[in-house]
Amino acid sequence: MELTLWTYEGPPHVGAMRIAASMEGVHYVLHAPQGDTYADLLFTMIERRDKRPPVTYTTFQARDLGGDTAELVKRTIAQAVERFQPEALLVGESCTAELIQDQPGALAAGMDLGGIPMVSLELPAYSKKENWGAAETFYQLVRGLLKEQVPPPGSPKILPTRWRQEGRRPRVNLLGPSLLGFRCRDDVREITRLLGEHGVDVSVVAPLGARPADLLRIPSADANICLYPEVAAPVCSWLERSFGQATVKTVPIGVAATTAFLAELTTLLGLEPAEGTQTESERRSRLPWYSRSVDSTYLTGKRVFIFGDATHAIAAARIASQELGFAVVGLGTYSRELAREVRAAAKELGLEALITDDYLAVEKAMAEAAPELVLGTQMERHSAKRLGIPCAVISTPLHVQDVPARYSPQMGWEGANVIFDAWVHPLMMGLEEHLIGMFRHDFEFVDGHRSHLGDGAPSVSPVADAMQDGVASAAAPFGVAVATPPAAGASPHEPVWTTDGETELHKIPFFVRGKVRRNTESFARERGIGEITAETLYDAKAHFSR
Amino acid sequence: MPSSVTPSSVTPSSDTPAGDAATRAGGGDAPPEVRKESGQREVFCGLTSIVWLHRRMPDAFFLVVGSRTCAHLIQSAAGVMIFAEPRFGTAILGERDLAGLADANEELDRLVRDLLERRPEIRTLFLVGSCPSEVIKLDLARAAERLTQQMAGRVRVLNYTGSGIETTFTQGEDQALMALLPHLPASDEEQLLIVGTLADAVEDRFTTLFERMGLPRVRSLPPRRSTDLPPIGKGTRLLLAQPFLSATARALAHRGGQLITSPYPFGVEGSRLWMEAAAASFNLDPAAVAGVLDPLVERGRRAIEPHRQVLRGKRLFLMPDSQMEIPLARFLARECGMELVEVGVPYLDRQLMAAEQALLPAGTPLSEGQDVERQLDRVRAERPDLVVCGLGLANPLEAEGLATKWSIELVFSPIHGCDQAGELAELFARPLRRRELISFA
Ligand code: SF4
Ligand code: SF4
Repeated sequence: MELTLWTYEGPPHVGAMRIAASMEGVHYVLHAPQGDTYADLLFTMIERRDKRPPVTYTTFQARDLGGDTAELVKRTIAQAVERFQPEALLVGESCTAELIQDQPGALAAGMDLGGIPMVSLELPAYSKKENWGAAETFYQLVRGLLKEQVPPPGSPKILPTRWRQEGRRPRVNLLGPSLLGFRCRDDVREITRLLGEHGVDVSVVAPLGARPADLLRIPSADANICLYPEVAAPVCSWLERSFGQATVKTVPIGVAATTAFLAELTTLLGLEPAEGTQTESERRSRLPWYSRSVDSTYLTGKRVFIFGDATHAIAAARIASQELGFAVVGLGTYSRELAREVRAAAKELGLEALITDDYLAVEKAMAEAAPELVLGTQMERHSAKRLGIPCAVISTPLHVQDVPARYSPQMGWEGANVIFDAWVHPLMMGLEEHLIGMFRHDFEFVDGHRSHLGDGAPSVSPVADAMQDGVASAAAPFGVAVATPPAAGASPHEPVWTTDGETELHKIPFFVRGKVRRNTESFARERGIGEITAETLYDAKAHFSR
Repeated sequence: MPSSVTPSSVTPSSDTPAGDAATRAGGGDAPPEVRKESGQREVFCGLTSIVWLHRRMPDAFFLVVGSRTCAHLIQSAAGVMIFAEPRFGTAILGERDLAGLADANEELDRLVRDLLERRPEIRTLFLVGSCPSEVIKLDLARAAERLTQQMAGRVRVLNYTGSGIETTFTQGEDQALMALLPHLPASDEEQLLIVGTLADAVEDRFTTLFERMGLPRVRSLPPRRSTDLPPIGKGTRLLLAQPFLSATARALAHRGGQLITSPYPFGVEGSRLWMEAAAASFNLDPAAVAGVLDPLVERGRRAIEPHRQVLRGKRLFLMPDSQMEIPLARFLARECGMELVEVGVPYLDRQLMAAEQALLPAGTPLSEGQDVERQLDRVRAERPDLVVCGLGLANPLEAEGLATKWSIELVFSPIHGCDQAGELAELFARPLRRRELISFA
């Protein structure tokens, strides 16, 4: 049993729903209790879809449990097939149905479904989660449909360069984009355009917008592009194993990544290397110039904390450190399936990756890293707000505002433009806020503390300060003001801030104050200094600036 | 033995028009026939009630014992609120808990102790049962007793079910109030007890009005603090503010409370009848009561009027959701002039709804339960002017050209009382006005 206030991912059947709802002509019969239809809202409200997800629930109630729930499953399957006439059927269970073990997949297999392909989903709800469920469903569906096309072992591979012999343009599949993924709608458009400019056609986009018949065409492409490994990695590796169909693995989020993506694609497909992709990136994306322009100098070394799904976290870390000149001070993911990749990316930055799905742990790590900017999920937006740190959303879970009406890709050249604006914007706001705070500071001590401690909290109180700096919140996991005062006589060896030291500390801009406080305290501790004065603070500052 | 499954719809589906006609012809003096349906139900489970109950009683914590699905539901439903200062969470069952119940009990105790240690300000902890916890027969009632003892009076640990298999949406509140009942002190003192969550301002307003009528002692269940439980006994008159409190109403009556039968306080008429019924049960001077109510009624009617202009003659279809459908339909038909195409309820408590049903226009087609696909067939066939439905159906129906009013808002808005009648009407008029307003030509 594990206490959860916020879950980064839904249960695995929600992942399966994402596949069904992203596609056309697929229907999903879900054995689930009355009430689990709440998941429809994710599609009709957050994704703002204009139709119901293609899901029929058995919605059993307690009184059904005394009867024949298997009969209910069969009836539901029959009615769904009859009413919706799908081209392929998914059958599976929610967490509660998993406990009563009606084996809906086996029941469906024993029914006459008019010959449509049926995939029985086994999604262990008590050990796996949404993205796993989506990846497994996509994999099972593709495998189920393509089984018969798989050539015998030892057959020649699909040659990525066969387009030449066939006298046509090369074509690739875009695998992974789905509803409730982050900006998939516009990423697909951006990448399709990018490929088109390089003479490459897109054959199948799946699951988003594909029909079962489209999945049957997957092997006719020269290669697969694995845009979202969380959803498509198992499918891509199966296609590689079964058909020898190659995968482009670089995810084109960021200028350098897009360049690398094009390089990988060009080599793989045997295309003429485009003259100087370096120049292309400069010409096509505004991020490089915007980032080089003097207005961006103040971004240098901004401390940024990154958390999200693995793909977006890794991409963000590279953009932040190399393309925007930030200092990445924390990197983590909730995607255990791709933890290894995130660990590697963190190691390159001299960090230890945070692999967790416990949002309290993330909030704590965030507070400890004392960043000036947080790039995270919907959840981090709220932790960051609580800690008073600017934040931008880079990954799911998302909210309705991250499915915007305007064109907002993350991938490709335009994606980099969107990213520049989205990440820098909250910082400007932060700076502005800080300036306002500074001018009030001298005569209005309570300023800046209002949102955390309520009325009348004196700003010289170490608790108040720590709350604002985001220290105590971590000690009070639910964001409640039951903070333990840091320093102040906590233990005989803990340095104590003098009034003079506190005053000096308060002259530090608030978005770096947390870091300065921590540095100064550890500096004092190491030297056995008991009282931190203004001088200690400056000693520490000088020490750490070296 | 639990009653067996009712496999299919009892009444003919809408594709046999004769069936519809038969249902409708049941008007007149006889109570209208109720279409009973079973099939896919597009409704929330009772866990959703946590979303408003945690605000009503800020000193309480709601700990769902369930799966990731339950956690996901609440966070999807509570949206932004979860972050402000969470007063609810989910103890997610793992594979180990499923393997052995003894283990699960130990785990739960540990988790609750940790939680209460970190949150010393919690006074009442609700262990909320879910489908998974009920299917594996985790005894949360026993756990609640055990933990209450361990907490030695510091925290009261209670248990109720919010599972989808047992409860629909607002029934979660009914169950939560049931859990509080054994802790209500006994007293035969005369009092009016308003049962059902009201917005603070609405509650204050009712209290003031009753005071003006000469009724000084008005209390509420649930209270604003989980420890300020109202007493119950022979002197208590029970006035239900919400129609979904079947179990609570009966249990309170068991403890001596007398149930005042009345329509529910929606709209001017319902609110007036509701307050009058309370006044009458205390033998208050009718002239004094009328003195208080007449001006309110007058003003309320004026507030409704502009919305009545929009709603009059419009055909309304209500899909089942909260059990508030019948009182709302009554208000919209009688005070706003709407025509009722179908009024769906998830569950019909005939006794608690009798006063309301008597006010419905004769022959109003009622349906209890749901087969959502068939019900949607009827919606499409009837093409009503306004469909009241959940958020899973609202946008899809809008895309089919049907105007909708999403029903959940009715649970989250202050809509009770004469003073709120205008706002209540506005909630239904707004989507229609908006459609008139928006144009892209
Ligand atoms: S319907 Fe049951 S399993 Fe689903 S969220 Fe509600 S309590 Fe949990
Ligand atoms: S913006 Fe607010 S209301 Fe809308 S979905 Fe998010 S939390 Fe819910």
